[in-house]
Amino acid sequence: MMGFIWFWLVAVMIVGYVVLDGFDLGVGVLHLFLARNEAERKATLASIGPVWDGNEVWLLAGGGTLYFAFPLLYASAFSGFYLPLMIVLWLLILRGVSLELRNHIDVGVWRALLDGLFGVASALLTIFFGAALANVLRGVPLQVDGYFFLPLWTNWQPGPHPGILDWYTVIGGLLALVALTLHGALWLTIKTSGELAQRARGIVTPLWFMLAALTVISLVATIAVRPASLDNYFSYPVTFVVPVGVIASMAGVWLLNRGAQPVKAFLSSCLYLFFMLAGACWGLYPTLLPATTGTDRDITLSRAISGPHTLAVGLVWWGFGMALAIGYVVFVYGKFRGKADLNTEAH
Amino acid sequence: MTAELIHRLHFAFTVTFHYLFPQLTMGLALLIVVLKSVALKTGSEQWDRAARFWGRIFGINFVFGVVTGIPMEFEFGTNWARFSQLSGGVIGQPLAMEGVFSFFLESAFLGLFLYGEKRISKWMHWFSAVMVFIGSWISGFFIIVTDAWMQHPVAFDRLPNGQFQVLSFWQLLLNPWGLLQYAHNMTGAVVTGSFVMAAVGAFYLLEGRMMGYARIFLKVGVIAGLIASIVIIFPTGDLHGKYVARNQPAAIAAMEGLFKTEDGAGMVLIGQPNEETGQIDNPIVVNDALSFLIYGTTKAEVKGLDQIPHDQWPTALPLLFYAYHIMAGLGTWFVLLMIVSAFLLWRQRLYQSRLVLWALLLSFPLPYIANTAGWMTAELGRQPWLIYGLMRTSEGYSNTVSASNGLFTLLGFMGIYSLLGLLFTVLIYREISCGPEPKPILADASITN
Repeated sequence: MMGFIWFWLVAVMIVGYVVLDGFDLGVGVLHLFLARNEAERKATLASIGPVWDGNEVWLLAGGGTLYFAFPLLYASAFSGFYLPLMIVLWLLILRGVSLELRNHIDVGVWRALLDGLFGVASALLTIFFGAALANVLRGVPLQVDGYFFLPLWTNWQPGPHPGILDWYTVIGGLLALVALTLHGALWLTIKTSGELAQRARGIVTPLWFMLAALTVISLVATIAVRPASLDNYFSYPVTFVVPVGVIASMAGVWLLNRGAQPVKAFLSSCLYLFFMLAGACWGLYPTLLPATTGTDRDITLSRAISGPHTLAVGLVWWGFGMALAIGYVVFVYGKFRGKADLNTEAH
Repeated sequence: MTAELIHRLHFAFTVTFHYLFPQLTMGLALLIVVLKSVALKTGSEQWDRAARFWGRIFGINFVFGVVTGIPMEFEFGTNWARFSQLSGGVIGQPLAMEGVFSFFLESAFLGLFLYGEKRISKWMHWFSAVMVFIGSWISGFFIIVTDAWMQHPVAFDRLPNGQFQVLSFWQLLLNPWGLLQYAHNMTGAVVTGSFVMAAVGAFYLLEGRMMGYARIFLKVGVIAGLIASIVIIFPTGDLHGKYVARNQPAAIAAMEGLFKTEDGAGMVLIGQPNEETGQIDNPIVVNDALSFLIYGTTKAEVKGLDQIPHDQWPTALPLLFYAYHIMAGLGTWFVLLMIVSAFLLWRQRLYQSRLVLWALLLSFPLPYIANTAGWMTAELGRQPWLIYGLMRTSEGYSNTVSASNGLFTLLGFMGIYSLLGLLFTVLIYREISCGPEPKPILADASITN
């Protein structure tokens, strides 16, 4: 029971991270293409200025939750994905600093450089995150002791000895790139105005078609790479509501964006991300990290779970703390409601 | 080089660089609350601008703290996997609590403090500053709880698979080691914050500009600096030292360079520990002082390294000795400088005393060095243990990550952090050159309008 609860609490943290940091990553990807002059660029970046740092906290809080609830998974996955995680860390550093820095430097060339860095780092991060999730769904070559070490790539095949990147995980990376870019575009339709908002709204259409195609491809590919992903769905057919939710939320994005209802379209996109991630988690459960080297080596819930007292104590403070945290998030987003400020003095 | 050494250096380098930022964040957060409170109470626009100025510096510093802090939480897993697997049930807890209880609070209210002043009331803006202060100090607390458990493990048992498990949540949080270390460490952060504030004040006065703001910075910096410089030695440093002496005799013996057990042990002020001969070369010693400081009597016996099995000696003994002495020596200088400055402030002569202003200006890097040396003392003193008395450092690193992979990413961090250091310097230099007066409209603003 504790295992079930904590599995889904960690999943909630991941969904929270993707939904929130997802839109500022998407804005990072888009700002290079959408903003045509300094004023528009400022408006684009001002839409995420007060919140991106808080959004990133979900990654940290999620990592910490994973650490104490499933120490073996945290230890195995973080050391096994050593090289790509270090690249992710470097990208997060460069991205955060370039965003903050550009407001302090008023020399055109330097600004252009930092803007480019911010865009590229944002795009690469979405690809890495998507590929990371695909790595978990595909499985890794676990040794008997529960550890592994993955090279960046091997022969691009998701066989028993894959690399971080193969054709399957690349699809995952592209899916994340398109999904979060679309998510960011919808955010911009809410937070900006005029031509900029029109352009953001316009770019949703091509992105939507790409996303629809990639969603189907990734679904088929996942079933091909790990057929066991469907087991839970057939055992509990009611859970086919998840793929139905994916389709419904995609339709919602299309219709609501067409109907000029930016907030609702954005919320639809949040739902899409939620259903996709929840669907992936349900496909894994109760495995946390499948082994490509034989299912007896899988890191499962019962193998990775922390001691019962730790989890019982954790449940109390975690529930209390996250309730507070959600309160702050709601409060701050409420205060910054509406179009982004352009002439705030600070920064 | 061995994988163990690389992983130690990896963590040590990234955490040392990281802590340059939070120590100022935590110290300044308190001082900004002071500035905002005076502004709110007196309605003074000047104090409000002073608070906004330090808010901008805080904001830059905070971002660098955040981006260098994220790697720390990852490195427990990437570089110290075997340690994380066994200890996650205990120390994963305070680390997760830091995210849940502190970072959400801090980031939410900092966004409001820096970007939202026009959207909220004066009172709410003050409240945001207070919440940022509370958030940053809670964050420090959970990190200290984590470290304190590694230094002085309490309230745990072990599961059949070897994992540690928390038995009492409150005993984990209220670990006496942690409370003493927290008090000492946070005072250290206030020392950094107040020395930096005083140094900027001194800089403006020596340059002969921003005189009004300079006086505010000096007044707040010197008063806070005096209090913090005293409190960091007595009672916090004194109590923490006594607790270390009772619980980690090997650490205190190595810090003090006490090779032989003595009744009425002396305190070495300066010298070089020589591990081969087991003595201090070229020492200057104050007789009986160590016994007195630890046990309150000049005749008490202090355990030397001769009573500790050699395989339990701290592994970098001279480095530990020097780090501790640098910290203690600088601490003495802080008190002296702040007593003189505070006396002059009281006699209303500080603003004209160029020599003391120069000393204040040049002293701003020293608290960074002292805080770093203090952390090195704590962490080197814990060696060769990762969890004191329970798990050796050699048993904790990720053995799937080879030494050369570790070296590659360590060099990568060194490169990126050099760049960050450079950028940070440029940004802070710009803020200080512009000063607290409202900025003239920037060139690009004309495009906006």
